Amino acid sequence: MAGVEIPTWDPETALLIAAILLEAIVLYVGYGGLERLFGPYLTKLLIGGEAGAQ
Amino acid sequence: MLSSPLDGLGFIETSPEMLALFVGFGLVVGVLFGFFGMGGSFLVTPALLMLDYPAPVAVGSGMAFVFGTAVIATLKHHDLGQVDYKLGVIMITGTTIGIEAGRASVYYLESLGLAGGVISVAYVVLLGGVGAMVTRDAVRGDGGGGVDHDATGRDLGEYEIPEIATRIQQTVRIPPMVTLRGDVRVSAWVITAVAFATGVLSGFLGVGGGFIRMPAMIYAIGVPVPVAVGTDLFEIVFSGGLGSYLYGQGGGVDLGIVAPLLFGSALGARIGSAATAVVDADGIKIYFGGMLLIGAVAVGIGEVGSYLGNPTLELLGLVLVIGAAVVVAFAIVYTTIASIRETRDQAAAAAD
Repeated sequence: MAGVEIPTWDPETALLIAAILLEAIVLYVGYGGLERLFGPYLTKLLIGGEAGAQ
Repeated sequence: MLSSPLDGLGFIETSPEMLALFVGFGLVVGVLFGFFGMGGSFLVTPALLMLDYPAPVAVGSGMAFVFGTAVIATLKHHDLGQVDYKLGVIMITGTTIGIEAGRASVYYLESLGLAGGVISVAYVVLLGGVGAMVTRDAVRGDGGGGVDHDATGRDLGEYEIPEIATRIQQTVRIPPMVTLRGDVRVSAWVITAVAFATGVLSGFLGVGGGFIRMPAMIYAIGVPVPVAVGTDLFEIVFSGGLGSYLYGQGGGVDLGIVAPLLFGSALGARIGSAATAVVDADGIKIYFGGMLLIGAVAVGIGEVGSYLGNPTLELLGLVLVIGAAVVVAFAIVYTTIASIRETRDQAAAAAD
């Protein structure tokens, strides 16, 4: 057990990691969509009025 | 067949308060991770230990969380053109070998009964050293070949390369030479050596290693800061994925912890990586250096506490780490908003 660990195939663990990967991708796409929808409104809210001045 | 992973979901057992806590903590860690390209395992694992989770679950879930956050942040940096895949692949190879060498040294030191003490001292020296160097550069402004982090409307080739990286590029010209993003031309051996050395430290200290790799990529290889952040995240996807799988095989990954943390950090990472394109370079380096210095002090206090058997000191160390993270995350968000306001005001004044 000195250091090097070779991973063996385990479908249940692979499914677990795949679930995390899927959640990450869904969150990235989902938050991206929300940003496009509500981003300008939030920016205006955070920065203060006249956000459209640019 | 699906029973085991579904049992591990843990949503039903996780109380609404804990879910809210994990989402909030994930948000803070996500901002730091997206902004600095580091900070996940460094913060999440000790916090989970403090919440009385068993060590394998704290480490395994922490690593799975780092993996998920790295996937999200890498996608974002990819969209911004800040991931150098060529550099990433060479770094992954060198780092993997280095991590195994680091782990082997831990087992060797463990057999001599010296592992705990040596690792803690290495942690304090390294965090303190890198933190002091980065803070000193930031305080001195552009002295010592400072690096600019402002990515808005700038070509990566326009970034100033730190003096030490330029010297390495001119001195070590062993083929094959590799051209990286931002027109950086460096020997593949330099990249491999940096990757191996940071991998050894990462394997030795048992952390993701972003806080070592990112400054190493900037100061030793000379890649622009945004590319160092993006490429480091790309590398963490692989190391974090493999580590999570290994821990998951032993039942150390709990989705009831990872899923809400990820829910918060996905938003935080989006804010953090977007902030890298807005916030002033010296401000970033001061935050980064300050957080590392506080981390060094916190680890030192925690180690003294565990040596003296004083749980209050151990708790103080942990509170310092988490408190610094929360303060730095708020500082990043505040500075970003202030920078955007300033830019808007300048644009409005120019229009007048």
